[in-house]
Amino acid sequence: MDGPPATPPAPKAPTLGNALHRFANPGRFMRLSGALLPWLAAAGLALSVTGLAWGLVFAPRDWQQGDTVRIMFIHVPAAWMAMGGYVGLAVASFIGLVWRHPLADIAAREIAPVGAVFTAICLITGSLWGKPMWGTWWVWDARLTSVLVLFFLYVGHIALSNAFDDPERAARPAAILALIGAVNLPIIKFSVDWWNTLHQPASVTRLGAPGIHVDILQPLLVTGLGFLFVFAALALLRTRTGILERRARALMAARAAEPAATPSAVAV
Amino acid sequence: MSPFWGMLRRDLALARRNAGDTLAAVAFFLLAVGLFPFGVGPAPELLARIAAGVVWVAALLAALLPLDRLLGADFEDGTLDQAMLSGLDPAMVAGAKAAAHWLSTGVPLLLASPVAAIMLNLPLDALPVLVAALALGSLVLSLLGTAGAALTLGARRGGVLLPLLVLPLAIPALIFGVAAVDAALGGLAVRPHLAMLAAMAAAALPLCPLAAGAALKAATE
Repeated sequence: MDGPPATPPAPKAPTLGNALHRFANPGRFMRLSGALLPWLAAAGLALSVTGLAWGLVFAPRDWQQGDTVRIMFIHVPAAWMAMGGYVGLAVASFIGLVWRHPLADIAAREIAPVGAVFTAICLITGSLWGKPMWGTWWVWDARLTSVLVLFFLYVGHIALSNAFDDPERAARPAAILALIGAVNLPIIKFSVDWWNTLHQPASVTRLGAPGIHVDILQPLLVTGLGFLFVFAALALLRTRTGILERRARALMAARAAEPAATPSAVAV
Repeated sequence: MSPFWGMLRRDLALARRNAGDTLAAVAFFLLAVGLFPFGVGPAPELLARIAAGVVWVAALLAALLPLDRLLGADFEDGTLDQAMLSGLDPAMVAGAKAAAHWLSTGVPLLLASPVAAIMLNLPLDALPVLVAALALGSLVLSLLGTAGAALTLGARRGGVLLPLLVLPLAIPALIFGVAAVDAALGGLAVRPHLAMLAAMAAAALPLCPLAAGAALKAATE
């Protein structure tokens, strides 16, 4: 080639891959997420506290269930986050597999434990509610069972991502597993519904007017939004920590590879 | 001979020469089924009611036993690297492995399942349905299991990890397999349940080798 081209190269067409590359730059991600994190955390905490206080103290009691219904203000948003978290995990895994973004790999690895904790909260609060309402801690009802399976899918993902000596080796198997789980979840949901149904059908998202009173719906939605921000803040914080961990590992590996040379190189 | 058939024949020859592995899986299956009467009591009507579920669960667990070595041995001695270099698509390598697992473990378990069902006093008219459902279900499990085995290649504690990954995914097959036998016992239509199992097998047949192939590629890179 003779000399630099006369005109600067045309900017790449704004494909999805390019757009992702912009945000995959770890430096840019650390700056953006560092600025975003306090706001997300503050909004999440404020909304969750408001929604929970509203739901647990000020919302009217249910005419049938009494005060027990208030556990739903934690249970239902946790269930939303349990399912939404798996969607996030699957999307991050897909991006990591297709475009090979290390950042997406780290995000998938760090989303899974947060989702698992929300799934556990959903299962535990559901069980606490079931004792006074259904007379038993646990029934093998379709919805409970599918959430339990979801929990096991999270646990399997966490176990697989931690099972390799080189954490970076774990990214692709874990991503493939997350996608297998995402394909299987509707099948599991459908077959479990076929198998047994005792849980009430969905009452917020059904067509037409919601099946619950607006006095209960409002605090529920506020708490749901709050849980969403808390989830995002935790996932972001964990991803930032994951990036720093990887950097620290790379630095330590570089230092170990370096022959013990000048003292100035060691004492940093 | 195409590489696919070559791999399959090699794995089947290995399974034939190490017949002890297959026998161990079958023995485990019968033993696990045989433990249930001690656990729940020998009442014939109770055993007949739980027979289908017990046979299914024991078969699922027994089929998991050889999965760990299915790819692990080839991974360690380099055979898998050779297979990946053979020009055969990784998904087909995984498909050959799944077929080998089904023929060397699934089919023997299938042959042993009538014995297990009779041990638990399952009415004889439900026996053909149980075997038909188990034939489809074990195919699904072989395919899912191969994907699980490919994912855990090179992992620490792969043997413990594998059931954790595979068993939750096998729940739909279990549900419809046992429902088919229950329908036969209740005099209801069996075909919808078997059709659902066949649909699961038909979906798993292309998808699981695809996922397993991607995992094999990641593991041997």
